[in-house]
Amino acid sequence: MKFLKELATAPPTAWFGMIVILVYVIVAVFADIIAPFSETEVVGDLYLEWDQTYWLGTDQLGRDVLSRLIYGARNTVGIALATTILSFLLGGTLGLIAATLGGWIDQILSRIVDVIMAIPQLIFALLLLTVFAGRAPDINLGFTSIAGASLTLILVIAFLDSTRVYRLARAVAMNIVVMDFVEAAKLRGEGLGWIIRKELLPNSMAPLVAEFGLRFCFVFLLIAGLSFLGLGVQPPTADWGSMVKESATLISYGDITPLIPAGAIALLTVAVNFVVDWMLHRSSGLKD
Amino acid sequence: MPKQAMYKRGDDNGMWPILKMVTQRLALGVVTLFVVSVLIFSSVEFLPGDIATEILGQAATPETVAQFRKDVGLDKPPVERYFSWLAGIAQGDFGKSLANQRPISELISSRLWNTLFLASMAALIAVPLAVLFGVLAALYRGSFLDRSINVMTLTTISFPEFFVAYILIMIFAVNLGVFPSISNIGPETPFWDRVYRSVLPSLTLTLVVMAHMMRMTRAAIINLLASPYIEMARLKGITRSQIIIKHALPNALAPIINVIALNMAFLVVGVVLVEVVFVYPGLGQLLVDSVAKRDITVVQASSLIFAGTYVLLNLLADVLSILTNPRLLHPR
Repeated sequence: MKFLKELATAPPTAWFGMIVILVYVIVAVFADIIAPFSETEVVGDLYLEWDQTYWLGTDQLGRDVLSRLIYGARNTVGIALATTILSFLLGGTLGLIAATLGGWIDQILSRIVDVIMAIPQLIFALLLLTVFAGRAPDINLGFTSIAGASLTLILVIAFLDSTRVYRLARAVAMNIVVMDFVEAAKLRGEGLGWIIRKELLPNSMAPLVAEFGLRFCFVFLLIAGLSFLGLGVQPPTADWGSMVKESATLISYGDITPLIPAGAIALLTVAVNFVVDWMLHRSSGLKD
Repeated sequence: MPKQAMYKRGDDNGMWPILKMVTQRLALGVVTLFVVSVLIFSSVEFLPGDIATEILGQAATPETVAQFRKDVGLDKPPVERYFSWLAGIAQGDFGKSLANQRPISELISSRLWNTLFLASMAALIAVPLAVLFGVLAALYRGSFLDRSINVMTLTTISFPEFFVAYILIMIFAVNLGVFPSISNIGPETPFWDRVYRSVLPSLTLTLVVMAHMMRMTRAAIINLLASPYIEMARLKGITRSQIIIKHALPNALAPIINVIALNMAFLVVGVVLVEVVFVYPGLGQLLVDSVAKRDITVVQASSLIFAGTYVLLNLLADVLSILTNPRLLHPR
């Protein structure tokens, strides 16, 4: 009930954001049902015009652009989401551990993070992708399978991005660790895992959730950028960044096809940013 | 907090606090550069084989591999190789490209100049605009101007660089036909022609960076206007313009300069994608091509240049924000 009341006070921008996110989720989950053709099926001639069968035409191999766009929602957003979750698991856990234990563990972890953050993320990602290219196997998780190239991408970006999460989680937890209830828990002999799960995590949830949205946008844009450069998600996986790259030459002929997947990326990031902006606004109590 | 207080009192160890802080930052910067170079160098050591097996392929005989390793100097211990790599770079020798055996410095020099040209052009457009709009948004907080700037910046921050680039191409190159969509410039291109061909890429960069710069400038000024001495000045009845010129601006300079330097660092990296979209012959394009070819020595060299520039600009931001802080400049 309280949640619904909060929702009612959301500004129009936040509403817009939430509706867009919902639409993306539906498209991603039900891609199989919504898409008129399959992800990799060659359905017609190359570069067909927009018509009734192929609403957005066909691409350079004769695959239906609309279908690839719909499957792209699943792949592109899925990969970015997996990366962000992994980044939060890694960075968040280490950050909370560093804050709780302090001492040399904190020192070592923090200095490592400092060094990694001294190198621009895109450049470091390019370096690591060069080194690890073609080393990850394709894996099958039962409900979905991940291509080797995508797996490398997820691991590399999650590793690099976890440094940002580490910083925030540590900073937030530092303020909680000094509280009396944590002291009390330590004195009664609770273990590290218990303190993190029962004391730190519930109290640092709000800023971490907002950060999750921001990190997702960042990771999403980074992965889209890498895929656009041809160094991220590899064909034949339908992915928005690669779709822009593949159809980029069409723009010189006044064809807006490359703008559609690019716009899909932009729209989702705008939506998430609007929602996060509202959440931050609300939690900080600012009324300006 | 006690650390801060110590700096403010200053004279207790016979040294100007500001000088001490700047030296500390510079020392830290040198250490960072060193560690970054170690990291970039050693990333290759993570390869399961090494560069030799990587290039010659699985089919190569052990003799050829051994010979190749000797030629490239891979048979020496890593520490020795690192220092000779570093010594070479200090003299402008980055080694040879694995893909075509050309000296890397030859590949890099003209491209580095092109990249710096593009970045400076974008900076020249972005900085004045961003600071102006940031300050205006802060001064007229909550007004229509502020709110529209807020929505606009939030939107452009969310756009991938290539989306902005293609929209600009669509408008200015395809529909209006005023600027070229491909920036093919060479060493012989005359200056103004070079500027003309770089308009779209630098405009893209401007749009991408400006949003960050504007938001940060706005936040810095708002933070400042909330401080007690501004309220005091207002209560004394000083005019609005006087408050801003005499009281706010000197104190706002530090955060604004900081924001600009940080964004220059951001810009240097943002160049990579934009260069690829516009086929601009810069360092970013070289880096991307080399990653695709797995030409690891070129990747290392260009990563080092990008990372080095990034570290130096961050350092500059740090030092400038100390140097422009009125409280540190006039210690009591």
